[in-house]
Amino acid sequence: MTAPSSSGSPGRATPLLAQIWAVIALPLISILLALLVGAFVILASQLVLPGGNLDLLLPLTAYAALFQGAFGNFDALVDTLISTTPLVLGGLSVGLAFKAGLFNIGAQGQFLLGALGAVAAGVALAGAPPLVAITVALAAGILAGAFWGFIPGLLKAVSGAHEVVVTIMLNYIAIAVIAAVVGGPLRQQGRPEAITPDVGNAALPVIIGNDGHAGIALAIVAVAVVAFLLFRTTLGFEIRIVGANPDAARYAGMRPRALTILTMSIAGALAGLAGAVVVLGVTHLMTPSFGTTVGFDSIAVALLGRTNPVGIVAAAFLFGALRAGASLMQIKAGIPVELIDVLQATILLFLVANPVLRRAFRLRGVKAGLETTETITKTYAGEVAPR
Amino acid sequence: MTTPDAPVRAPALEMRGITKRYPGVTANDHIDLDVRPGEIHALLGENGAGKTTLMNILYGLARPDEGAILLDGQEVNISGPSDAIARGINMVHQHFMLVPVFSIAENILLGEETMAGPIFLDRREARRGIVELGRRFGFEIDPDLRVGSLSVGWQQRVEILKALYRDAKILVLDEPTAVLTPQETEEIFAVLRRLAAEGHSIVFISHKLYEVLEIADRITVIRRGKVVGQRLPAETDEDDLAELMVGRGVQLTVDRGESHPADVAVRLEGLEVKDDRGSIAVRGVDLEVRSGEILGIAGVAGNGQDELVEAIVGLRHAAGGRIGLQGADITHASPRRINEAGVAYVPADRHRFGLVLSFPVADNLVLTDYYRRPYARGFIRNDEAIEATAEERIREYDVRTPSADVRAGTLSGGNQQKLVVARELSRDLKLLVLDQPTRGLDVGSIEFIHRQAIAKRDAGTAILLVSAELDEILELSDRIAVMYRGRIVAVRDGRTADKNEIGLLMATGGEARSPAAAIGPAV
Repeated sequence: MTAPSSSGSPGRATPLLAQIWAVIALPLISILLALLVGAFVILASQLVLPGGNLDLLLPLTAYAALFQGAFGNFDALVDTLISTTPLVLGGLSVGLAFKAGLFNIGAQGQFLLGALGAVAAGVALAGAPPLVAITVALAAGILAGAFWGFIPGLLKAVSGAHEVVVTIMLNYIAIAVIAAVVGGPLRQQGRPEAITPDVGNAALPVIIGNDGHAGIALAIVAVAVVAFLLFRTTLGFEIRIVGANPDAARYAGMRPRALTILTMSIAGALAGLAGAVVVLGVTHLMTPSFGTTVGFDSIAVALLGRTNPVGIVAAAFLFGALRAGASLMQIKAGIPVELIDVLQATILLFLVANPVLRRAFRLRGVKAGLETTETITKTYAGEVAPR
Repeated sequence: MTTPDAPVRAPALEMRGITKRYPGVTANDHIDLDVRPGEIHALLGENGAGKTTLMNILYGLARPDEGAILLDGQEVNISGPSDAIARGINMVHQHFMLVPVFSIAENILLGEETMAGPIFLDRREARRGIVELGRRFGFEIDPDLRVGSLSVGWQQRVEILKALYRDAKILVLDEPTAVLTPQETEEIFAVLRRLAAEGHSIVFISHKLYEVLEIADRITVIRRGKVVGQRLPAETDEDDLAELMVGRGVQLTVDRGESHPADVAVRLEGLEVKDDRGSIAVRGVDLEVRSGEILGIAGVAGNGQDELVEAIVGLRHAAGGRIGLQGADITHASPRRINEAGVAYVPADRHRFGLVLSFPVADNLVLTDYYRRPYARGFIRNDEAIEATAEERIREYDVRTPSADVRAGTLSGGNQQKLVVARELSRDLKLLVLDQPTRGLDVGSIEFIHRQAIAKRDAGTAILLVSAELDEILELSDRIAVMYRGRIVAVRDGRTADKNEIGLLMATGGEARSPAAAIGPAV
C-alpha cells in the first residue's frame, strides 16, 4: 500500500518552497547548531585562559569578525572565493564517487598528487608560452590525480579491495611521494631548504581583484560539467544506477566494475585539478610539507551539499568563507583559527546524527537525511566487489 | 478451534472503525476487524486495498486518524513495533526483514537475545532453542547457516521462526506462501493450524483464494480501504471472493488457447552452473524452448532454477555446457549482448534486479535501453523521448502511478511488477524469461500478466517460465519440465500433466525417496 507510505512522497505536487525546505532544512539547522556549539566553545575557552575575564559577547565579536573577514569588502570576498575553489572541486570529487556508491576518502591524496603533477609540469615549462604552460600543467595535475583515483578503482574492481582502506593508504603514500620528489628531483638548486622552483608562466592568470585566479572560473566550469555528466548523459545515469542498485545495473547490462574504475578516476581527476589550481593559482611552488586539509574538508562539503553539484557549491562556499574569515577573527577577537575545524566537525556531526535532529525539531516530510550516509553504511557493511 | 458456545470471551484482537487518511487517499476507511483467540483470520484484498496500512497501524508503524485497537477487550495505544512485540503482536513481512550476513540463529535472536550473563549471548542455548522450535513445527534447520545463502523459501521459514521464537500471541503473516511449493505450503499450514490450536491468533494476508479458503476460519475482504464483506469458507468460493476483492467478475484462469510451436529458439546443452557458494547448482541440463511455446520449469525453490535462469540471461557464469539462441552461441555473452540478441528477463526479485526503487518510474522503464536511440543521442540522454515512452507504457500496461516522475518504490507491488513487464515485453523478442512473474501479486495483476505472456507467446516468442507456484505452471505451460537438485528429471505435456505427479516429481525427483529430502537446503 504503497500509495501513501510517507507524507513527503514526491507523487503529489508539493509547493516549491516546501520542496526546497525539505532539501535544505537539515543542513541549515546543522549549521546553526554548530555555530551555537562554537559559541559555547569560545565562552568555555576563556575560562581556561590565564587571567582572562569572561566576555559574554565574545562569540558575537568573533562571528562578526569572521563574517567581516569573509565578506567585509571586495578583497575579503575574493579571498573567500579563492578558498572556496579547491573545496568545490574536491567536493565534486567525493560527491561523484558517492553517487556511484563509492566512498572516496582519498581526495586528499589525489589532491596532493595533482598539485605535484602540476608543479612538476609547471616548473619544466616555466619559460614556455603561458597558454601552453598552463594547459599542460593543469592536464598534468588532472592526470596525476586521476591516476591516484584509478588505483583504488582498479583494485576494487579486480579484487574487491575496499576503496576506503585503499584510499586512506594512498593518502599516506602521497605525502611520502611529495616529500621525496620535492626534496629530490624537483628541489630548487642553491636553496638551503627543500622547495621547488616557481612555476613561472604556468601560473594561473588573475581574473578578479588582486589575486582572484582563473581557477575560480575553472571550478564553475567543473560544476557544470559534472552536473551535466551526472544528469544529462548515459554515463552519468550508469554511475547513479550503479550507486543506487549495483545488481540492477548488472541486470541492465551496465558494467559495475568498469564504472567503478572510471568513476574513481574521474573523482581523482577532480581532486587532482583542485591541487593543480592551488599550486598554479596560489602558492606557485611546493614544499615537502605542502598540504592542506582540502581533501578531507571535501568529504564534509560533499556530505553537507548532499552530493548534489549545486549543493556542493553552497557547502564549499560556506567552508571557504569560514577559512577566509578565520584570520580576521583571530586578529580581532583572539580566537584561534582552529575554531573553524571545530565548526566544520560539528556541522558534520549534526548532519550524520540527522535522525536525532529530525526528532528534536519535528521535521516531518524533510528528506530522510543524507542518502550519502546510507552509502557510507553500505560501503562499510562488507559489501563484496561489484561483479 | 473457535468455541461457539463461549461468546463471552473477548476477541484477542479487535480493530474498531480504523481510519487512516493520507493526502489525497483514504487508505483505511472505518475498518472493523476482530480476531478470536485460536482463530486464523484471512484478510483479503488487492494490492493497494489498504491491508498493509491496517497492519502497519496494528504494528505501531502508523497511527490511525480515527478508531481504536483492543487487545483481549482492553483498548491499547501501540506506540511502535517494539511495543507491539511486547504486547505479543508479531509480523512476518512479505519482504524479508533479515540480515543476510548473519546466521539463522543470529537473525532469530536479533532483538530478543538469549543472554548468558549481562554481556554475552548464550549461543548454545539459543541454537538449541531454535532447533527445537523448528522441530516442534516440523522443520529441520541448521541454525549456523548464513541467511544470505538460503533460498527465498527458507528465508520465509526463518521469518516465521523468528516470530514464533518471540512467542507471538497474535501473528500477522503477509503473503507467507508467496514463494513456497504446494508441499511447503502444506507444511506451513500445518504449523499455522498447530499454532491456532495452541491458542495463537493468526491474521493471514494473501491473494491466493484457494489457500484462504483452505486455511482460514473467517475471511474479511477489503477493497479501496473499506470492508466489503466477511465470509466463512464454507459459504463462499473463489469466484465470489475474487469478485468481492476486485469489484467485478474476474477470469481466474486465463484461456491460453492453442500454441503453435515453431523452430527451437533456445537450446541448452549440458549446462552446468555454480551457485554463490561455488557448488554445482545446475548439473548438465539439456533443454529446448521453441518459438511460440511456453516451457514451464516446476521445482521446489532452490533446486537450481535461479542459477539456470541467471546463466541464460548472462548474470551468472556458465561453468560448462552451451547456451544457443537461434543457433548463435550466447554461453559467455554479457547481459547486454544477450539483451540485444532479443532476450528479455523478468527477474524473481524485482527489488534487487528488476527495478531501481529510488529512481523515477520513467528511468526504470528504460533501464535496459537508456543508451539506445531515441532515449539517447550519443552520450546525451533524451529526456523528452524517455518521458514520452514512459507515458505510453504506463497507459498501455495500465500502471497505476500518479506520474512518470515518482520514485518506483512508491508504487504498489503489482504496479512495480507491471513496470518490469512493460519494459521487458515492449520490444521484439526471441526469448522471454519469466522468473516468478506473479509472486505476491493480486488476482487482477496476475490475470493481466498472464494475458501478456500468452499474447507474447502467440506473437511467436519462446517463453521460459519459472515459478514456485505449481498452479501457475500448470495454467500457462505448453510443456512442463521438472527440476530437481539441478537436473531436469521429467518433461511433460502441459495439457495432460497431472498435478499430483508433478508435485511428487518436484519433491522426490522421481526416485523412491522420502519427500522431506528435497525440502531442506543441501547442506
